[in-house]
Amino acid sequence: MRRIISILLLVIIAFGISLSLAKIPFGVPKTKVGRHYINEGVKETGATNIVTSVVVSYRGFDTLGEVTVLFIAAIGLGAVLTTGVKGEMRKVQPASLVLYTGCRLLFPLILVFGTYIFIHGHLTPGGGFQGGAIIASGFLLIYLGCRERRISRVASNLAESLGGLTFVVIGLLGLAFGGYFLLNFLPKGTANALLSAGIIPIIYIAIGFKVGSELAGIIDNLIEES
Amino acid sequence: MNFLDSYIYYIGAFGLILIGLYIILVKHNLIKVIVGLGILDTGVNLFLISVGYITKGTAPIFSRSGIDSEYMVDPVPQALVLTAIVIGVAVLALALSLAIRLYQHYGTLNLRKIREQKW
Amino acid sequence: MIVFVSFLVVLMLVGAVAASVFRDLISAVITAALVSLIASILFYFLQAPDVAMAEASIGAALTAAIFIIAIRRTKRYEE
Repeated sequence: MRRIISILLLVIIAFGISLSLAKIPFGVPKTKVGRHYINEGVKETGATNIVTSVVVSYRGFDTLGEVTVLFIAAIGLGAVLTTGVKGEMRKVQPASLVLYTGCRLLFPLILVFGTYIFIHGHLTPGGGFQGGAIIASGFLLIYLGCRERRISRVASNLAESLGGLTFVVIGLLGLAFGGYFLLNFLPKGTANALLSAGIIPIIYIAIGFKVGSELAGIIDNLIEES
Repeated sequence: MNFLDSYIYYIGAFGLILIGLYIILVKHNLIKVIVGLGILDTGVNLFLISVGYITKGTAPIFSRSGIDSEYMVDPVPQALVLTAIVIGVAVLALALSLAIRLYQHYGTLNLRKIREQKW
Repeated sequence: MIVFVSFLVVLMLVGAVAASVFRDLISAVITAALVSLIASILFYFLQAPDVAMAEASIGAALTAAIFIIAIRRTKRYEE
C-alpha cells in the first residue's frame, strides 16, 4: 500500500518537474552577475581562479557559515558517540610487513600533495576543501594500514581551533582596517604569482588545516569503540 | 538526437533525485535510507552545475595571460555547489552517528520494529 | 562524444537503482560510491574542475569509508 502511494506521488512530482524543466534552455547564459565576476575578477581581487575569488572574496561570509556547520557536525558526532563507559578495544590482528611499510611510505607523499593543492588554490583548480579532504584520506590510510597507531587528540584539536580562529581574526582585521568584514587589505601583487591576491591564500591555508583535521577527527571518533 | 543532446544532463540529475526520493520513502532499514539521502544530494548538485553551463564554454580560470574570456561558464553555481558537497558529508556523518546510537539502544535498525516499541 | 556521455548517464542510473535493490548493505554503499564517481566525471565534462575534484575526494572516498565503518558497528544485512 505504501509502495503504491509513494510511486503515485513520485509520478506526480516527475510530471511537475518535467513541465518546468522544459522552460530552462540548456547552454544559454542566464545571469549577468557571472559576466561581471569574469570580467572584473582579476582586477578586483588578484586571483586568477575565478571560482576561488567567488568563494573566498565575493561570497566569503557563506564560506564562514559553512565552516561553522562542519564544526557543529564534528562536535555533535563526538558528543553523541562517547558514553563515558570505557569498554575494551576490539582485538585486531596486526598488519603484514609489506602493508605496514607501504602505508608508511605513502603517507608523507599524500600529505605533501594535499598541501600543494590548498596552497595553490588561487592559481589552479583546487583550494582549501579539496586539499583538506586529501589530507584526511592520508590519515584514513594510516588507520587502515598500520592498525595500532592513532593520531594525537591534542594536535588535532589544536590545528582545528587555530584554523577557525585565523579565519575570524582576518575578517575582523579587515573590519578594523577599512569598511567591512573580510576586506582584502593586503596588496594584490601581480597575477599568476604565488604571493598574490591579498588575503585569499592565507584564508585557504587556514581552511585546509581546519577541514583536514576535522575529517580525520570524525574518522577517529567512529573507529574507536567505547 | 537534438533533444538528447540538449537535455541528457537534466535527465540524469532528475533521475537521481527521483531514485533518492524513492529509497527514502519506501525502504525500512535506516542505513539504506541514509544511502538514499546521499544519492539525492548528488542529484541536486549535478542539476545545479548543469544549469550554469554555456555551450562551447571553458573553465573560468585565467591560467595564462591573454586567454579569451568571451566563452567562460558561469562561476557562481560552482562556488555554491562546492559549499553544498561539504555540508552533505557533514550531515551524513552526523546521521550515521545517530544510527549507531539507535542500534546500541534498541538492538535493531528496522524502522517498523522501532516504531512499534512504545518506550 | 554525446554517445559516451549518454552511456555514462545510463550507467549512473542503473547503479542508483542497484543501490536500492541490494540486500547486502556494503554492496549498496559501494554502488553509491560508483554513482558519485560517475557524477564527478560528468562534472569534468561540464567544465567545472574544482567541483569534480571535491566530489571525487569527498563523495567517492570519504563517504564510502564513513559508511563502512558505521556498518561494521551495526548489522551488515538488511532484514
